[in-house]
Amino acid sequence: MSNAIELHGVEKTFGITKVIQNIDLKVAKGERHALIGPNGAGKSTTFNLISGYMKPSSGTILLNGQDISGLPPFQINRRGLSRSFQVTNVFAKMTVWENLRCAVLWATGHRYAFWKNVDNLPEVRERTAQILQDISLVARRDVPAGLLTYAEQRALEIGITIAGGADVILLDEPTAGMSHAETERAVEPIRRLTEGRTLLIVEHDMSVVFGLADRISVLVYGEVIASGTPDEIRGNKKVKEAYLGEEAA
Amino acid sequence: MLELFVISTLNGILFGMLLFLMASGLTVIFSMLGVLNFAHASFYMLGAFFGFQISKWFGFWPALVIAPLLAGALGAMVERYGLRQVHKYGHVPELLFTFGLAFAIEEIVSIVWGKSPVDFRVPALLDFPAFTLFSTNYPAFKIFMLVISIIIFVGLLIALKKTRVGLIVQAALTHPHMVGHLGHNVGRIFMLVFGVGTALAAVAGVIAGPALVTQSNMAGLLGPILFVVVVVGGLGSLPGAFLASLLIGLVQTFAVSMNGSLAGAFGPLSPDLATTWLSDIWNVTIAQIAPIMPYVLLVLILIFRPMGLLGTRET
Amino acid sequence: MLSFGHAVYYGLGGFLAIHAINIIARNKFAIPLPLVPLIGGMAGLIFAMLLGWVSTKRSGTAFAMISLGLAELVASSALILRTFFGGEAGVSANRTKVLRLFDWSFGPQIQIYYLVAAWTLIAVIAMYALTRTPLGRMCNAVRDNPERVQFVGYDPHVIRYFAFCFAGFFAGIAGALAAINFEIANSAYLGAVQSGTVLFATYIGGVGFFIGPIVGAIFVTLLSLGLSDLTQVWQLYFGLIFIAVVLFAPGGLTGLLMMHWPLIKAGTLGRMIPAYLIAFVPTLAMLVGFILCVEVIVFHMVHAGGDSHIKAFGIPFDAENRGVWGIATVLLIGGFFIARMTWKMIAARWDDALNEARAKGVAA
Repeated sequence: MSNAIELHGVEKTFGITKVIQNIDLKVAKGERHALIGPNGAGKSTTFNLISGYMKPSSGTILLNGQDISGLPPFQINRRGLSRSFQVTNVFAKMTVWENLRCAVLWATGHRYAFWKNVDNLPEVRERTAQILQDISLVARRDVPAGLLTYAEQRALEIGITIAGGADVILLDEPTAGMSHAETERAVEPIRRLTEGRTLLIVEHDMSVVFGLADRISVLVYGEVIASGTPDEIRGNKKVKEAYLGEEAA
Repeated sequence: MLELFVISTLNGILFGMLLFLMASGLTVIFSMLGVLNFAHASFYMLGAFFGFQISKWFGFWPALVIAPLLAGALGAMVERYGLRQVHKYGHVPELLFTFGLAFAIEEIVSIVWGKSPVDFRVPALLDFPAFTLFSTNYPAFKIFMLVISIIIFVGLLIALKKTRVGLIVQAALTHPHMVGHLGHNVGRIFMLVFGVGTALAAVAGVIAGPALVTQSNMAGLLGPILFVVVVVGGLGSLPGAFLASLLIGLVQTFAVSMNGSLAGAFGPLSPDLATTWLSDIWNVTIAQIAPIMPYVLLVLILIFRPMGLLGTRET
Repeated sequence: MLSFGHAVYYGLGGFLAIHAINIIARNKFAIPLPLVPLIGGMAGLIFAMLLGWVSTKRSGTAFAMISLGLAELVASSALILRTFFGGEAGVSANRTKVLRLFDWSFGPQIQIYYLVAAWTLIAVIAMYALTRTPLGRMCNAVRDNPERVQFVGYDPHVIRYFAFCFAGFFAGIAGALAAINFEIANSAYLGAVQSGTVLFATYIGGVGFFIGPIVGAIFVTLLSLGLSDLTQVWQLYFGLIFIAVVLFAPGGLTGLLMMHWPLIKAGTLGRMIPAYLIAFVPTLAMLVGFILCVEVIVFHMVHAGGDSHIKAFGIPFDAENRGVWGIATVLLIGGFFIARMTWKMIAARWDDALNEARAKGVAA
């Protein structure tokens, strides 16, 4: 089995509304997979289902071949899947350093330890410093996250997501709300930091999607209508009608 | 036995209806404003004391109308000038504010009316036995309490189903996050809801005052039970609050009227165990544990059905 | 998390400590008195472990309600289980009857004072150390953003549970110290009043700062000792101070002081001082007027017809004198309107000073 994520017949209903109907999705290990689709197609809901933020109404979700459907988020995270949020979701009152360190603690095996001094854990310190450098926030190390600029918060969001060392990364619109120039600057770190890991990304900016992704899945009205390489998707008639056509209009 | 059963059922329903008069206000306030009003029972107490004072001056019937209006107006002011100020800091400071308020109200009441019970009498018009059931006289005032509670219950139901504000309240109960999007007069609706909620608690106070004890610690005694009702019923569920009110009313009244104990059921404990703490449990009567019954119920509900009897939300 | 039932662990720690002293004395166990608080702490810990799992499933308002319900459950049970809790009278013990260490009998009050001081110091150090551990940092994270915590591998429920257990442990130590001090434990230890006082102290001091509750505890103790000498209705003032803190200083006293830190760093604090001094006069007048009104009303409610020459805050005055009524009213209302103007001035100055601090890059 070389698929990192597999969704089989996943459905999600809110009350009487079926937001996700019968999604089948396969993300191979090590690939960069983009999930695109018009607003309201259910992209964020799909992320919420995979990461355990919501429970699917039916269907199964596999992570590295293991069934994770219905598990709480922290269980899924411990099995090696980490996600970012579309609306920045960091520890606003804590410093950048502490934000990243929180994300490192579980993965380095310190869990709920109350007998160790957190400042005396070399591997935690090194890993946190490494991530801090990776997201280029070294100069902002001791600033509370709530006071960072928007682009810096987005970078921190990604930093927290990758800090735990999960091998499957879900990024929910990492460039949402950024200017064109900011977006261009943001893409390179994403590519670099997810090197060697599996990436599933929701993104609206088509240049980002086609530049970054190995494969693309198109979600419309809660269904995957196409899945393939960027070239296949460009040439797909259904996609043009349902999605790119809409964009052009 | 049958006599006990009938009387206890009546008393239990009565106590349950009184609880619901308060729990309904508390539930609606909680759903709409997101605030758990710690001072809710304090308004019940204010209702009783206002009722006492006004009936001393003008008689019971004016008191029945004026006291809740007064308490409701106070409640509305608390919302307008207190809670709204704290709102921006979040829900926990709001809760703390009402906690401090409950403390201050208790102090003020005990300064004004003293710490011992006041002589709040049943009005002469209703001071007779309504009927005699197997040698027990059932007082007319209790029937009157029951009737008032039921009238208000029905009135509340109609107001919820038929009026505009009622519809907004209903919407708030099912979709608490949507209240903020209702339009420009949300502030006034909040004030109204808080005022009506506290006025309902005060009605309960006026009619319960003469039958129970009107004393400055009555809020402190009832407050925690009220919270139990709201949690057991399910946070934000009106039908749940109704069910839980009746349940707790009945459980408590029945428990009080029963004298059984483990010793009574299985005979006295062997003498060598008689001085240990086991003998406490062995000899305690059901009537003695009546005060802790609501809390036992709370713990059971939390373990087996954390969202409450009819609740749908986790928080 | 806001607990209305913290006294449960305090009280149980106290009861266990008293029983422990009695058992130790009866059986002549080689356990010196200074170790007894540890027994109280263990009692608090064990009960927090038992009750905490259910109550920490939720946070915020629901947790507050559940903690209150559980507290009432334990407090009312205490009156039923008479053998253990001693009913209304409580249980007493003689602290001098246990094993002596270095010839300290712990009879004299001063020795108890040192014992309490030592344990408090140990507890404060331990608590501070706790905030520096992985668990302690994650507690902060849960307070900040419980949702995100789940996506970095932690179960917020477990973190809350751990925090709750530690809180129970320290409360148990405190209860045991109180029990040793008074040589008695009764059901008031478990009650709502005790929980309420702790809550008041914590929030007046300021949550969110390590020293906040310490400041609060000192302030509240001084206040209750000072006020109870000065006026009969000190509890009312106490409640009003609490409400005022919640309304106007959500960070508590510590928060209020910490707000000035950026200004000190920017060197703009000096500009606030004249504004504070100006505002001080009418605000004080308003408070004096308010206190006069309260005292006069209290007099008419409580001692109507008695000697009208009363004393409040050490100042004698005549509660029947219309002049006093007038002064009180003028001070209250006049003070309020003038004070409100000065508060606006403070706010304006504050914004200026803070903006400058921001410009210098030392404030948010």
